[in-house]
Amino acid sequence: MEQTPPDPERPLQPAPLEPLGGHGAVLEAAGEETQGTREDSSGVDTMTGNNFWLKKIEISVSEAEKRTGRNAMNMQETYTAYLIETRSVGHADGQSVLTDSLWRRYSEFELLRNYLLVYYPHIVVPPLPEKRAEFVWHKLSADNMDPDFVERRRIGLENFLLRVASHPVLCRDKIFYLFLTQEGNWKETVNETGFQLKADSRLKALNATFRVKNPDKRFTELKHYSDELQSVISHLLRVRARVADRLYGVYKVHGNYGRVFSEWSAIEKEMGDGLQSAGHHMDVYASSIDDILEDEEHYADQLKEYLFYAEALRAVCRKHELMQYDLETAAQDLASKKQQCEELATGTVRTFSLKGMTTKLFGQEAPEQREARVKVLEEQIGEGEQQLKSKNLESREFVKNAWADIERFKEQKNRDLKEALISYAVMQISMCKKGIQVWTNAKECFSKM
Amino acid sequence: MEGERLASGSSELAVGESPRGGAPIPGGSGSCSLLQADVLDLDEDEDDLEVFSKDASLMDMNSFSPMMPTSPLSMINQVKFEDEQDLKDLFITVDAPESHVTTIETFITYRIITKTSRGEFDSSEFEVRRRYQDFLWLKGRLEEAHPTLIIPPLPEKFIVKGMVERFNDDFIETRRKALHKFLNRIADHPTLTFNEDFKVFLTAQAWELSSYKKQGPGLLSRMGQTVRAVASSMRGVRNRPDEFTEMNNFIETFSQKINLIDKISQRIYKEERDYLDEMKEYGPIHTVWSASEEDLVDTLKGIASCIDQCCKATEKRMSGLSEVLLPVVHEYVLYSEMLMGVMKRRDQIQTELDSKVEALTYRKADADLLTEEIGKLEDKVECANNALKADWERWKQKMQNDLKSAFTDTAEENIRYYEQCLATWESFLTSQTDLPLEEDSEDKI
Repeated sequence: MEQTPPDPERPLQPAPLEPLGGHGAVLEAAGEETQGTREDSSGVDTMTGNNFWLKKIEISVSEAEKRTGRNAMNMQETYTAYLIETRSVGHADGQSVLTDSLWRRYSEFELLRNYLLVYYPHIVVPPLPEKRAEFVWHKLSADNMDPDFVERRRIGLENFLLRVASHPVLCRDKIFYLFLTQEGNWKETVNETGFQLKADSRLKALNATFRVKNPDKRFTELKHYSDELQSVISHLLRVRARVADRLYGVYKVHGNYGRVFSEWSAIEKEMGDGLQSAGHHMDVYASSIDDILEDEEHYADQLKEYLFYAEALRAVCRKHELMQYDLETAAQDLASKKQQCEELATGTVRTFSLKGMTTKLFGQEAPEQREARVKVLEEQIGEGEQQLKSKNLESREFVKNAWADIERFKEQKNRDLKEALISYAVMQISMCKKGIQVWTNAKECFSKM
Repeated sequence: MEGERLASGSSELAVGESPRGGAPIPGGSGSCSLLQADVLDLDEDEDDLEVFSKDASLMDMNSFSPMMPTSPLSMINQVKFEDEQDLKDLFITVDAPESHVTTIETFITYRIITKTSRGEFDSSEFEVRRRYQDFLWLKGRLEEAHPTLIIPPLPEKFIVKGMVERFNDDFIETRRKALHKFLNRIADHPTLTFNEDFKVFLTAQAWELSSYKKQGPGLLSRMGQTVRAVASSMRGVRNRPDEFTEMNNFIETFSQKINLIDKISQRIYKEERDYLDEMKEYGPIHTVWSASEEDLVDTLKGIASCIDQCCKATEKRMSGLSEVLLPVVHEYVLYSEMLMGVMKRRDQIQTELDSKVEALTYRKADADLLTEEIGKLEDKVECANNALKADWERWKQKMQNDLKSAFTDTAEENIRYYEQCLATWESFLTSQTDLPLEEDSEDKI
């Protein structure tokens, strides 16, 4: 996945958009097949989608604005709206032209994502930035209206859009396209797809998770992996926040030296100048921590993205378990029907059944009745076999496609995390260099006292 | 984040450095130094004695040395600290704390070893055991004998926090170092080093010391002195010379500032320790993570190792703080308290004179007696003032040097800390960005 042209406001370097026929080519076949699960109108629409993406495009969430409006219950509320700008970049001259620009709020992003989750259950759908500020250390406010939080959220939303746009399958989705291009009426359009109805119930999913007998081992392993990932990143982020808090303390207390040295220098004749200038350097030292920790906050956001990706991984695993359970149940049903049929046909009762009991008690039924029942069962068996076949096919398709996306995700994850970890080292190096400079200056002042 | 923490010496303070050695400064401060005959030519000066009274009762009672006429300020230029090392003839160490349990109490004694080449001492080596009470006694005696000299500070009697930890190891070690410094500072002081009580303290056996202690001016007379002192201090000083007012102002401001610096420094130590604790938990998480990430094992383990190295560097930085800066700053906090006491005593002596002068105007009948007393008091005041002035200059110089050196060392310590951390992270970065190509191949999942 290549990089978008640098956006000065965006410190993160997520996977950018790429033209069709590039990296996405490998998954094209899989992508088109899965579109079979979507509505029939998709045929025409995807054509539109394909043409749209032929040019290289840039997406940016460039601004955030506080707004007041009326919510569903006609009460006044304050929220933040984000400006999404889409530019197409001509191949020839590399110049970008603004093609679309509209405002969206966080809840609309959520809607988009929920839609994608339902229609692309085999895809590891990119996560949204957190709804509420978590893993905060004392300086950051946990308030959603806090400008720092809003800024980081803006970056996170941009990252989300870029991830979707550079995904070989998701980028072709019509609703996504409309999200970027059609401001009014988009919500209605999404709801009209009826995706909420298509969503699997949580209860059903939970049930499947517990009862499935033979899930693909890879998915079971993936589930464990995602649990571990979530647990370790949470722990890391929690402790990082505490470390940041402590570091802030160390730096800021030094700032007190500045004031006291300055006051003390007033009574010292020989030491005065040295003290005064040393104090100034202590102030510099104390204030340097603000930038350092701001940079670290971006690093934390990069890790957070993968914390939330763990949940997306689990969603794919759940879908597999659901489908597998469905398959197993159907197979079991079919098997028991076949057995019933056989018993009726041959007249032997191998297993206990109510029919058998009543037969014993009340006498056997008439042959016509039996034949009628056999016929019904045979019909049902026929249907069941068809269903089982298609379910089997579906399930295998799902596993194949899902696993392909998971492989893609793994590579992306390794690349991104390595880059983030290295950037952490770079930040530490920069912090050390600043420290050396400040204390060297201070030492000079002290030695001149 | 203001440093609002305790100012008293907590057990993490450690007094580590030994003071710069010093023999009596040739012609140094104060009016009562013993100078070796070959250093300064005495005979000619004796007739020019100004600052000088032969009435021992008003002067340093416990010095067995002939007093020297010096105009202290003129001698300052001759003060060279480097020379002190060569002339040092009294070496003291304080060590080996031991616990003693009796039916009444438990207490700690410290071993004091003195090595000297001075003739006045009966032997060249002494070993005695003293407890904190004995140090307090010595300090009291020095203050009595030299009311306007700047006596080195003793570590505090109690620690405000955690009285229960009176006998905990850190506390004992901190105290031991401070006591060591205390005795050495006295030994380096041009006047105090020849104090008789000091000599007895260093050399007498336990029972000898007890009986010697009882010889001092009786309890009642001491009480009388105290009452007079309190009374006079309440009356206040009317004719304080300007230079002492200046000195007083300096001391007040200095005391404020050094106390703040003490609080700030201790707070920094605490914050660094808390930071270290969190970092110690932070590093290993990366190792745990590496267990579930095949492709990121090296990177994650590398980071864990870097954080571990930085922890070690932080520990070193902290110990530098607690061994160099904190003890020195705290010592000057105690010094500033001591200085305020010195100023008071000087004022008291002057008040004594002022009140007698005042009395003279009312009680003509006792004119002769009063005039004689006034004469003695005038000498006393002048001697006290000169002693203080000279010692003040000496103290101020030392203070500036000590604090300058402590802060410079701290800055150096911090530079080294950041340099160590930088090296660690840079070598990690190199190892990550120079990886051979197969690691980055897309075939590896």
